[in-house]
Amino acid sequence: MSVLIYAELDNGSIKKTSLETIAYGVKVAAATGDHAVVLAIGSAEKRELEKAGHYGASKVLHASEEKLKHENSLAYADTLVQAAQQEGSKVIILSKSGLGDAVAARAAAKMKAGIVSGVTALPEIGETFKVTRSIFTGKAFAVTEIKSDIKILVVRKNAIELDESSVATVQAVVEQFAPKLADEAFKATVVNVEKASSELSLTEAAVIVSGGRGMKGPEHWQPLIDFAKALGAATGCSKPVSDLDWRPHHEHIGQTGIKVAPNLYIACGISGAIQHLAGVNGSKCIVVINKDPEAPFFKAADYGIVGDVFEILPRLTEAAKTLK
Amino acid sequence: MKILVCISNVPDTTAKITFTDNETKLNKNGVQFIIGPYDDYALARGVELKEQFGGSLTVLHVGEADADPQIRKALAIGADDAIRINAESLDSYYTAVQIAEVAKQNSYDLILMGRESIDYNSGVVHGLVGEMLDIPSYSPVMKLDIEGSEVTITREIDGGKEILKAPLPLVLGCQEPIAEWKIPNMRGIMTARTKPLNVVEPVSMEALTAPEKYALPAPKGACKMIPASEAETLIRLLQTEAKVL
Ligand SMILES: Cc1cc2nc3c(=O)[nH]c(=O)nc-3n(C[C@H](O)[C@H](O)[C@H](O)COP(=O)(O)OP(=O)(O)OC[C@H]3O[C@@H](n4cnc5c(N)ncnc54)[C@H](O)[C@@H]3O)c2cc1C
Repeated sequence: MSVLIYAELDNGSIKKTSLETIAYGVKVAAATGDHAVVLAIGSAEKRELEKAGHYGASKVLHASEEKLKHENSLAYADTLVQAAQQEGSKVIILSKSGLGDAVAARAAAKMKAGIVSGVTALPEIGETFKVTRSIFTGKAFAVTEIKSDIKILVVRKNAIELDESSVATVQAVVEQFAPKLADEAFKATVVNVEKASSELSLTEAAVIVSGGRGMKGPEHWQPLIDFAKALGAATGCSKPVSDLDWRPHHEHIGQTGIKVAPNLYIACGISGAIQHLAGVNGSKCIVVINKDPEAPFFKAADYGIVGDVFEILPRLTEAAKTLK
Repeated sequence: MKILVCISNVPDTTAKITFTDNETKLNKNGVQFIIGPYDDYALARGVELKEQFGGSLTVLHVGEADADPQIRKALAIGADDAIRINAESLDSYYTAVQIAEVAKQNSYDLILMGRESIDYNSGVVHGLVGEMLDIPSYSPVMKLDIEGSEVTITREIDGGKEILKAPLPLVLGCQEPIAEWKIPNMRGIMTARTKPLNVVEPVSMEALTAPEKYALPAPKGACKMIPASEAETLIRLLQTEAKVL
């Protein structure tokens, strides 16, 4: 038997969040006495996939057909189910993302598998199989038992501490995997993909610098961008900022936007409305810069500076440049 | 066009979440319930599409009678009729089975719902329903246009967006800016009172998961304030104290 981990690819290599998910799956496999197998779908170089071994996976199944180039939850779920059948997998693990949820859901329906999305820690495995998940947009946790024979877990970022220093240099064995794919899975045609490929994606970023209405307008974003650059950080924003088109929609963080869980979240001119906090409460450390000492965000912060962002940000940028 | 919009009944986004009965139940005391914000977007777009193409718009909720005011609100916003599956929604899978059952009997062209409910944040019901009906599902959809039998969808993907064309029928998980939230007007509220709200018993199935208990996150420690005149020290603290740089 095995634990099967679906690893998402980006530009031919395994996404950082998926590497974490692989390490998570390897720990689950150790607890159930199985081995961990990774499934990667799309184009990638063999040596990139071999890196799954660094995180403890013994084998990578690679489904690389041209048809599978575009994110396609129907075909990917088909592929995942066939891989699970080949490997006799009872536990299937994916990373929390739009794609991860979609593939997990369709695979769950195919296999009548209990599915829990938003898992935040390793499962408790004994007589029963229990997982902890984040609910109410980070305001609470739930412990849930999965009773079905096949179990599907969709795991959030930071569910385990990934210690990069303990990463081994073992390579995983990469095997080609050719699923049987139904034509029905390819009824949709992709017209266009707009990806800001040069930008760091928010869900992957270790550090995020985010701006709110306090940034006053799109023409004033440069100090924030400079600071983000100095830190190697991604940029985000509050909902009104994307509603006003000051920043692109995919930067919108919060309850109705992207939920992020970086090591460091730096909020500049954001008041800290509960709906914004809902999207950032998974962050390890939060810094708030706001000119209003009463801004609610300070209550959720680890470090705070009361001051004008336009005065503070350039100074922080200079200080950050002296790092390393 | 026959449209189904599935709505969740969830605590208001500002609600303080606590639990009772030995941390096994949500404390609903003093909590205001609303239509899930993402479902509200789906509903708004559904109403617009109905206005554009005619046909019917049904709202569906899996849950108990305390959701009826929210269902009436959806009727006031523009749905023609409503179905409530009279069951406690046990988990995503269970909910999806109930939705799929209704869908099988009615063959909708379009099944819309929010990208996720804001109570359990699972974001898997649209995928489950799509698979159960053997039709494509997409989420999160930010733009939805229909011409003839061809649907053009813009969906958010990691770090960008994808535009695709797909044939009906479809299941879509929606998010902004697919439409603006709609507020019911007086006429809508009046007519909603007499629109049909059909209560249907669930298909029986044993849930594949079982909730055991709930917990609140550990309270946050105090915020360390750094005087603006010494802002630069923040960088050092982040590196040496918080160890996040
Ligand atoms: C159902 C629902 C869902 C929502 N979902 C989201 C969501 O997902 N994400 C989200 O962000 N919001 C969401 N909101 C909106 C949310 O309630 C707030 O309105 C929003 O987060 C406020 O954005 P802001 O902090 O940028 O703006 P404001 O609240 O206007 O705050 C601006 C802040 O900037 C500070 N400021 C001004 N000038 C300066 C300066 N020169 N230097 C330093 N500080 C300065 C001010 O003191 C103030 O605190 C939602 C609301 C609802 C009802």
